Amino acid sequence: MRALFALLLRDLRLASRRRFDLLQPLFFALLVCLLVALAVGPEPALLARLAPAVNWIALLLALLLALDTLFRPDAEDGSLEQMMVAPAPLPVLAVARVTAFWATAALPLILAAPLFAVMLRLPATDLPLLMLTQLLATPTLAWIGAICAALTVHAGRGGALLALLLLPLAVPVLILAVGTLDAGRQGLPVLPPLLLLGAGLVAACSAGPFVCAAALRLGLR
Amino acid sequence: MSEFLAMGGYGAYVWSAYAVTAVVLAWDASAPLRQRRALRRRQPRRPPPTPNNPTTTP
Amino acid sequence: MKLPLWFHRLGSPPTFYAFAARLQPWCYGLAAALAVYGLYAGLVLAPPDYQQGDSFRIIYVHVPAAWMSMAVFVFMAVAAFVALVWRMKLAETLVLTAAPTGAAFTLITLVTGSIWGRPMWGTWWDWDPRLTSELVLFFLYLGVIALAQAFEDRRAGRRAACLLALVGVVNVPVVHFAVTWWNSLHQGPTVRMFGESSIHPSMLWPLLAMAVASKLYFAGSLFARTRVALLEQEAGSAWVRRELEARGHV
Repeated sequence: MRALFALLLRDLRLASRRRFDLLQPLFFALLVCLLVALAVGPEPALLARLAPAVNWIALLLALLLALDTLFRPDAEDGSLEQMMVAPAPLPVLAVARVTAFWATAALPLILAAPLFAVMLRLPATDLPLLMLTQLLATPTLAWIGAICAALTVHAGRGGALLALLLLPLAVPVLILAVGTLDAGRQGLPVLPPLLLLGAGLVAACSAGPFVCAAALRLGLR
Repeated sequence: MSEFLAMGGYGAYVWSAYAVTAVVLAWDASAPLRQRRALRRRQPRRPPPTPNNPTTTP
Repeated sequence: MKLPLWFHRLGSPPTFYAFAARLQPWCYGLAAALAVYGLYAGLVLAPPDYQQGDSFRIIYVHVPAAWMSMAVFVFMAVAAFVALVWRMKLAETLVLTAAPTGAAFTLITLVTGSIWGRPMWGTWWDWDPRLTSELVLFFLYLGVIALAQAFEDRRAGRRAACLLALVGVVNVPVVHFAVTWWNSLHQGPTVRMFGESSIHPSMLWPLLAMAVASKLYFAGSLFARTRVALLEQEAGSAWVRRELEARGHV
């Protein structure tokens, strides 16, 4: 437990020293929205129809971009191997690292959702539901992403490979999250998909640490 | 025969589906053969032929 | 858990190599014989479908390929489980040597399905649960292959690919379920290829023959690939040198 908080604090402190890095996923997501808005045209009804999907895809791509640095710097300077031989169990350290990642990469994007909503003309009534799906689904995505990042950390090339691994695994989460908004707009019950997202969250948070730790160990020669 | 090839008007669809299958499976089946040939080429020089081992010359 | 001795024996590369070499021609030969019967019975003997006409004959490549695309991934996941739990080296190799054939079957499923969809549904592509999960499955195969190749240390790459195969096998049914739900939301045109109607025996037997042929083909291809992979992995060991020198062909 002490190790968990120590690593979590270290990661958060490191992130707070590099504030500009912290804002990069956010800027990236904003740029994606800008590109989509410019590409499909400024028609408000069309943008409002697309808004949840665009915001979600921007969020997913921004997380993907941020994932590349989840374990790589630590693997390069050797501190990852130190963590593996540390007395604290590796899954606990994975929890600390992924929590820090979620707080520094996903949380700012969720908090910026109102900004995206304004840009994309999302109706204000949809905003709470959008943020709720993001709150429920981003930890799941963070764990799936952490497993993929752990698998690729010792591979020669990251980047495109990480995308190839992560995006197919992220498909169900994306479908359920954006589908919740669609269901809400059609007046259908939104509780079932939200519960499914919650179930995914529980499954990812309970299995994620162990799978992620196993993936990190596999790369160790 | 031409009636068989026409497949009741669906000939283009049916035969292109079978052609795709044949091409992909041919690629799949020949891959291990190609790998084996590459492996053999990379194999370091063999010892000179001996009476017990007459097949060493390629 | 205690495993029988023959299982351990098969885990040894030279034993498996010889075992695979013995079975491989039988697998290929039986697959070819069944395919000849299946194609003749399916393309010539079976009557045209009363709804789909002759276009239904695509079924004889499409459906066996679709079954295999999923069966191969399940096989890979089982082998990956064995590899990671019992640290069996041969199982790691099998995961990677099964992947290209699985990807080939998935590609065949996608392309022939698309070709079949054009005359039947009037569209090359539809975001239906089966098509979508098949596409995701294709990317999972590519991911497994790409991940294994990205490592300089081949063994580490294979082990990473094993873990990905295990994670991926959970993903496919979830994708299928999610897309089914998503489709019910959008109420798009429901595409039903077969109702609950039973299929006539003269159409069914060739299909079953092709299904078994595809399984035997997969076994033969798996043996062929695994043998080459073993030669590569064990390069330098005495049995590999003997094998490469003894046989001029194959």
